[in-house]
Amino acid sequence: METNNKKAWLYLLPAFLFLGLFMVYPLVDVFIYSFEEGYNFASESFFGTGLYNYSYVLHDPYFLQAIKNTFLMVIITVPISTGLSLLISLALSSIKPLQNLFQTIYFLPYVTNTLAVGLVFMILFRKTPYSDGMVNRLIQFFGGRSVDFIEGPYWAKMFVFCFYIIWVVMPFKILILTSALASVNPMYYKAAKVDGTPKWRVFTKITLPMISPMIFYLVITGFIGAFKSYSDAVALFGTNLNSAGMNTIVGYVYDMLYGDSGGYPSYASAAAIILFVIVLTITCINLMVSKKHVQY
Amino acid sequence: MEKRTEYQKIEKDAARKDRIFHGVIYFALTVWAILVLFPFYWMLLSSVKSYSAYTAERIPKFYTLHPTLQNYVDAFTQVALGKYFLNTLIFTVLTTALMLVVIVLAAFAFARLEFKGKNLIFTLFLSLMMIPNELVVITNFVTITNWNLRNSFTGLILPSVTSVFYIYLLKENFEQIPDSLYLAAKVDGTTDFKYLMKVMIPISKPTIVTVVILKVIECWNSYVWPRLITDDKNYFLVSNGIQEIRENGFGRENIPAMMAAVVSVSIPLIVLFLIFRNKIMAGVSRGGTKG
Repeated sequence: METNNKKAWLYLLPAFLFLGLFMVYPLVDVFIYSFEEGYNFASESFFGTGLYNYSYVLHDPYFLQAIKNTFLMVIITVPISTGLSLLISLALSSIKPLQNLFQTIYFLPYVTNTLAVGLVFMILFRKTPYSDGMVNRLIQFFGGRSVDFIEGPYWAKMFVFCFYIIWVVMPFKILILTSALASVNPMYYKAAKVDGTPKWRVFTKITLPMISPMIFYLVITGFIGAFKSYSDAVALFGTNLNSAGMNTIVGYVYDMLYGDSGGYPSYASAAAIILFVIVLTITCINLMVSKKHVQY
Repeated sequence: MEKRTEYQKIEKDAARKDRIFHGVIYFALTVWAILVLFPFYWMLLSSVKSYSAYTAERIPKFYTLHPTLQNYVDAFTQVALGKYFLNTLIFTVLTTALMLVVIVLAAFAFARLEFKGKNLIFTLFLSLMMIPNELVVITNFVTITNWNLRNSFTGLILPSVTSVFYIYLLKENFEQIPDSLYLAAKVDGTTDFKYLMKVMIPISKPTIVTVVILKVIECWNSYVWPRLITDDKNYFLVSNGIQEIRENGFGRENIPAMMAAVVSVSIPLIVLFLIFRNKIMAGVSRGGTKG
């Protein structure tokens, strides 16, 4: 037994080393940083311990802008992407021919590089002195007025941002929901058919309750993922998100850490912990709501 | 007689309704498919338009009559796209290989060996899955900087290796292998390590392949950590390369060449996806979220 014990630890050693060094230690350390007031990376000095970092971050207009952007984007994208993916999955599961082809196409955005495709979206949506761009041509065609979605008004930038995020997260949600729909026992549908139940009732009384755990799983992971979005914003608006007014909370953390305004890990830590608290709170609320509504 | 025609009418109505319903569904699905595919079409199209033709189009055209590959030549000669590719390849291969060693050993210990506090340690492992990357990245950045590993592959790779979820996935898979095989091997005097290499890994190959593919996708698309840890172009990965091309570009705003770079970066993963479509989709639905 003794030797087996030792051997097991030997097998676990690499995992322990990596996880300890790059996950457990950093997790402790980030809290320490967040209380070392105004820690500066260049001089490796701080002027006290306490809550100053949190107060600094919470009074920073850039952080408040990032909070506003992130919340707005989350509130828009999570319901729309979940609802839309539910509709698409329902449509997908009601057809036979071409189902595979559609599924393959819909999954494509998942395997693409966020930065690379974001650049294409930027080109499609932007307006330069030389060209109005594809999307604006479309708007003009339908009688609207063109607008620069990349460097224009706030609502326009928010629109592309949300649009792109929805485009990026849809594959995962469609995949999860189509497999959830496929795993509903067909007996239920047959029984409903025998009883002559109308389609709408079948949906609300059988399909929806059966896949409700998966929908809530998607809502929860959707909230978490959306709160952490960052590279989507970089892809559309460039690395200087603060000046574009489109920073996200995660973007603020990284900007504090590194880049033109960087070198302040303590502010970054405080912001990261605030983000973590927000995500944790929302996840708890989600779980409480789901306890009431989800049938397992 | 009259009754029969009525039935026919009802059936006909139902069939028509069905057709309309299906028509609407196919229409909606096609619309979404176009929305998904259009950016890909646009990048491909723009990448084969010549620079002068592209800039002359005040109203962008949906087709081109004179496709050219010059942009691809520019993308690989005027900026160091080839170097970025090579870096990403090295990064992806080494990270995935290291991760594989780490998770196979750990999963084996959890699934096959008995030791004190196994359940407690495994629970602690699982709770690590909840930790968001954003929290640990700050200290990792400081650690790597202090170790003087910025702008090096070691610095890029080390913090990207860990993957608690894959340990969990593989452990579940290892546990499905019947005990009798293990005992038989023990009777024959096979060592644990040999048993792992000769029996467990071959049996679990499908899961291992899935894990590898998912990790490769993750590595290929990683942006945040490489951006923090590299500012020397010699160590840029493709994501950072694309961002660099966007911001400092080809000296002028050469969108066709940019699009050629974007296409080149996207193609490897799309090919990988088309080959391993089922594996990837099954793997992702078992618990991979993007990022």
